[in-house]
Formats: sequence, structure tokens, C-alpha cells
Amino acid sequence: MNDHNLDERTRLGAIVSGSLTRGVEVKLDASVSVEDMAVGRYVAIEGEKRRFFGMITDVSLEAIDSRVTITPPDISDPFIAQVVAGTTTYGKLRVLPMLTIGSDAVSILEGPQPAKTVPTHFSEVKLASQRDVELVFGAEDDKRFYVGTPLDMETKVCLDVSEFVKRSNGVFGKSGTGKTFLTCLLLIGILQKRAAVSLVFDMHSEYGWEGRNEKGYKVKGLKQLFPSKVAVFTLDEESSRWRKVSTDFVVKIGYDEIEPEDIELLRQTLNLTEASTQAVYQLAREFGDRKWLEAVLNLSEDNGKQLISKLNIHDSTYRNLRRGLETLRRFPFLVPHASDNSVQRILEYLERGINVVLEFGRFDDFAAYILVANLLSRRIYAQYREKAEKAGGADMALPHPLVITIEEAHRFLNPELSAQTIFGRIAREMRKYNVTLLVIDQRPSGIDDEVMSQLGTKITCLLDNERDVDSVFTGVTGKSELKSVLSKLETKQQALIFGHAVPMPVVIKTREYGSAESYKELGFLEAAELKRKAEKEIEDLWAT
Amino acid sequence: MDLGTKVAEVIEASSAELMAQCYKLDQAPPLGSLVKTKGGSWETYAVVYNVETHSLEPGRRVVARGEEMGTEAEIFRANPQLAKLLSTDFRALVVGHCQGNGLYHYLPPKPAPIYSFVYVCQLEEVKAFTQSLDFLSLLADARLPISVDEVIAACLRYASRAYPDSQAFLIKAGKELAWLLSSDARRLNSVLKRLRQ
Repeated sequence: MNDHNLDERTRLGAIVSGSLTRGVEVKLDASVSVEDMAVGRYVAIEGEKRRFFGMITDVSLEAIDSRVTITPPDISDPFIAQVVAGTTTYGKLRVLPMLTIGSDAVSILEGPQPAKTVPTHFSEVKLASQRDVELVFGAEDDKRFYVGTPLDMETKVCLDVSEFVKRSNGVFGKSGTGKTFLTCLLLIGILQKRAAVSLVFDMHSEYGWEGRNEKGYKVKGLKQLFPSKVAVFTLDEESSRWRKVSTDFVVKIGYDEIEPEDIELLRQTLNLTEASTQAVYQLAREFGDRKWLEAVLNLSEDNGKQLISKLNIHDSTYRNLRRGLETLRRFPFLVPHASDNSVQRILEYLERGINVVLEFGRFDDFAAYILVANLLSRRIYAQYREKAEKAGGADMALPHPLVITIEEAHRFLNPELSAQTIFGRIAREMRKYNVTLLVIDQRPSGIDDEVMSQLGTKITCLLDNERDVDSVFTGVTGKSELKSVLSKLETKQQALIFGHAVPMPVVIKTREYGSAESYKELGFLEAAELKRKAEKEIEDLWAT
Repeated sequence: MDLGTKVAEVIEASSAELMAQCYKLDQAPPLGSLVKTKGGSWETYAVVYNVETHSLEPGRRVVARGEEMGTEAEIFRANPQLAKLLSTDFRALVVGHCQGNGLYHYLPPKPAPIYSFVYVCQLEEVKAFTQSLDFLSLLADARLPISVDEVIAACLRYASRAYPDSQAFLIKAGKELAWLLSSDARRLNSVLKRLRQ
């Protein structure tokens, strides 16, 4: 049977054994070829009392008698080949039942519920129909955003964005699997459904104005698609100018804003010793929290020597620290005194509901990224927390939810640092204050397990490192089944989504992003079209 | 239903099989064909599994007579008594019965009555009977003096003629056999090879 003949009403086979935790086994009918099956596909199972909705997690070949495998029938004869297919030898699916849909009125109103049992023996298994998928994933509305389609189906899979932003989430995948475009789509979803405002620490300057796809074609960024709702901040004005990006604000950070904790986070990146980071605290006590960096950087050699002997800091420690701090001095966005308060500016934009993308331009190294992202987020966190606590005290509405997007998350959230960085805290507890993270990473195994387990929804493209795969599935039921699905994802435009924002794990072919058609679908109008629309509105106005 | 062509008469009967004597020498229904006989309120269906031509008198052996003759037919012309001294019999395995409007693929309550007429089923009747292949288990489990697999294959080849798409029928039957003989791959292979036409 050819794949295109396999419509949604096609019976695939019947349940023959299994369990809720391991999944049920389906013996394929002779008329269905195993080659048409694929892990990650959905099936509907007609149980005796209710319908089940599950996902294929494995496909296997079986023989009724082991002797057949030793003396195989002569399948060069088409007649014998046809006879033995599905009888002596047959295909078997492993299906993980995930949701049930009861047939009585109450169950229909409640919608799909997590499966707590398995269908009876020999229940009929069919490919899930478009309607089933719609019933489970809902249609696009003011809360749900269309992110892609299930494998081999046209139905839309929608993400409940309002649920999504309630918790921290993760986007994982090897390099080149489409994490950036997927994240762009998620940010657009959050923006369009007004579920939250976003602050994006855009390390490689690809979300704000424009990025490039694998083939090198330019792809519009958020600001181009939604100019009135997105502001691009930059750390590197020159780079933004070269790239012809219209930026809204140039971020400068004063030495006085850098605290000893910031240096501690940079310990690995700046190659500092443990003693050096401890020396920073001593220096801060000596000069004051807001002045120490400027003071240390301006120390002459003699003064330095006097100081270290006074503070009892070892010479090699001091040298190590100086070298590290000199690296910071080379960042042009770090100035002795910043004239404008970047944090306040970002907050102003966020309060107006405008999403902020901070481009790093040429400073796409980890030192700059960790320093800036952490420093800004810490301040923003403090403000949000204050607002939320005030709101709580006065019985007012909490501030509009904020989603902070960080890349290379394992640099902030690894087990050594996650307790210290603000991101570790946000991932663990900031849900209360309406601030959540969207972490993007290619090495999820580097992220602290505690943080991983707090992530509400995980969206993962292909991962092939065993440790990365294991860490993504920390604390997930049906882990081994989902692992087999994940390892079979295609390298591009496919992702597995599971967690809070979707009723069940789903493999999607990610929605198209980057073509003129896709921009249009996302509500973007080209200038000419925009003009035509405006003219028509004026005409209509006069006509009435 | 039309009774079909009357070819023989039951001369020995048991619950599981029957033996019939043909009216004409060498005019037995082919191996594997479906025959039926009427007795009481039901018709018994059986599959021919062995055909035999022999002398009617147990003490008198048939001897060769054609040394001087040009053709075999001349032997009978020269010895017209032979047709009365020899007999063609066949044995058939009971595979089902029909009572009222119901067709049942299991043994009837009583054996076919002695002297009941035996008819060769017409193709429509063969088609009706083989809609269900449950009778194959009776055949497959039988202990016969000749190879059961030969009989099964002959029966299915014969029945396939009743279907416009005989190949589809044979595949369906083959799959049924694959279940029945699932524990014996070698035997299944040998039957399947015999199903090819």
C-alpha cells in the first residue's frame, strides 16, 4: 500500500498487548506496510468505552514462529510473499496511549484527558483523523498559536501561549536544526497573542532585524515584521549601522553598575582563579560596590602593589584578576559612567508592551553575553519583583508577564552557576512575579537538572548526544519511548514539543518561516500592500 | 439450489468421510473437488481425497489385455464385460453441511445415508461454500492415507476456478493456511508452492 492511500480512516491493526507505562502493542494488518508507518505519528484507538489518542513510538518486524526467520519463505514468488505478509510475518507498532476522549456528554465537555488506562484487547487502531488532532490541539484562537503540523498531516498544532508563558520553557537542538526560527515563531506567538512582553538577549543579532537561513538568504526579524511592537537595542552601534538596522537605543553600561557577583559569574569565561574572585569582594569592600572596578582599573602599578600588600592579596592573584578585568575594559559598551540608564529604558519599553531585542553585534563572545544578560536581568528582576510585591500588597493586577530569552543557556544555568545567576532564580521561582525564561541551548546536558525539571514546556529539535537527550527528558513519563521519537527527527524543521502548553507530546513539522507567504500568514504586509490598505481605508471612510 | 450432476452413490459412510461408487468407470470427480449428498433434512459437503478403480470381485485381479490392440479403447470394445466387472470409487472427507438456509463448516449430526446420490457441486455452490475457509482446519487436521497437503492444494485450486479473481481467493486461502500451519513453516511452504496454477 502506498502512503498516499493511507487515509485517516485506514485501519492499521489491533491492540494485542502492552501496558500504560510501556505503551501498547499493535499488530499491523496485512494490508498495511510497516514502511508507511513512522514514529511520532498519531493514532486513534477505538476502545470499548472510550477513544484513546496515542503516538507511535516504535515499529518492529515480527514472525509468528522463530523458525521462519531461520528458513525464510520463498518471497521471490509474489504469491508466497503476499500470503506470508501479515500472517507468518507481520509488523508491530508500539503506541503510547496519551489521552482519552470519553463518549458521554460530560467527557466531551471536559475534552481530552490524560490516559490512565489502556484500551481493551484487540481494540481497533486507526490513523488519527484531522478532526482528532484538532480536538486535541485546538484551533488557532486568541490564546493558541499555530506552530506547525503533525507529521504527514495538514492539521495545525497550536501551542497554548498563555499557558506557555506561565512557566520557563526551553528550546533545544543541535546546531543547524532550526532553533532560531523556531524561537522566532514562539516570540511572534507571544507577541501576537499578547501573552507577555519579551526581552531577547540576541547573541548573534538574528532575532531583531534580520537573520540568515542555512542557504544564506536573509530572513526578516521581529522588528521588520512588527515595527510598532518591537524595539531593537544594541550594544554595538557600529555593527548595527553596517547591517542597516534601525536601532532604538544604544546600551552603555557603567563600571559602577558591575558588582562583584558579576565577576564571579565570569570566572570560567575570563579564566579567573577562585582566589581572584574572592579578591574582588575584598576590593569592593575597600572601594565601595559602585566604585571598585573603576578604581582597580585606574590603579597604577605602584598603587596596586601597595593595595595588595594592604589587603593581603597574592601578587599572582592580583595579576590574574587584572588581566581578566582588562578584557572587560576592551568592551566599548562598558564606560566609566553611563549617561543613560539602560535598565530603565528597557523597562519603559516593556511597560508599554513593546518587546525588546538586545543585539550584541560584534560582542558575541561569552564574556560580554554573560555579563550583560545577567546584569540587566538582575535589575529587571528586582524591579519586577518590587512591582509584583507592591501589586500583591495592594490587591492590584500583577505586572504584564515578561519572557526573557537567553541563548547558550548552559553558560548561565550550569550546576556551578545556576544557584548564583539571576537566571537560575528566575527559572526556579520567578513564576510568582510573572517573569519566565525562554532558554535556547544546544547542550541541555550542561544545564542544571533542577532548572531542567522546572521548565514547563520543552521544544526540542534533533539531539544526538545521549546525555543531552537524557537531560531533556528528566522527569518525563514515557521517557524511553519519546527518546526513540526524538532520535528519529529530521535535521530540519521538525521538533518534539512536550510539557504544559500542549496536551500531549507532539512531533511537528515547524511552520514555515522566512518566505513571503509565511510573513503574510503572520500578518505582515509589504509596504506597497500596506499603502493600498491605508488608501482603501481612507476611501471607505469617505464613502460612508 | 440446483443439485448439479449426479455421479455416484454412497456405499460406505462415517461421520468424517464417505465412500461412493461412480456410475461410470473412470468418471470420478477430480481430486479436491466439492461433492454433496442429500440425506434427511441436510446436505453433506465433502472434498474428494482419493479415487480408485478396481475389480469388483476381490478374488479376481485385473490383468493386462492390450498387447495386440492399437488403442486402449479397443480393449473395452473387445471385452464389453469389463465395464461391469470393474468399478471406480472415490473417498471424500466431510467438510460441512447445509441445513435449511444455513451453511455450516463443521460435521453434520449424522453420516450421509447409504445409497444416497452424490452430486458434483456447481461452481456457484463451490463459491458459496468457500466464502468461509473454516473448513480448511478439518482438512488440515485429517489423517489420510494420502498427503493431506496435496488434497488441500487440489481443493483450493479447484475452488479458485469459481472466482473471477482466482489469485485473490488463493491469497486469502493462503493466509488462512498460514495461521493453521503457523507452527510448521516447512509444511506451509510446500502447500503454498502447490497452490500456484
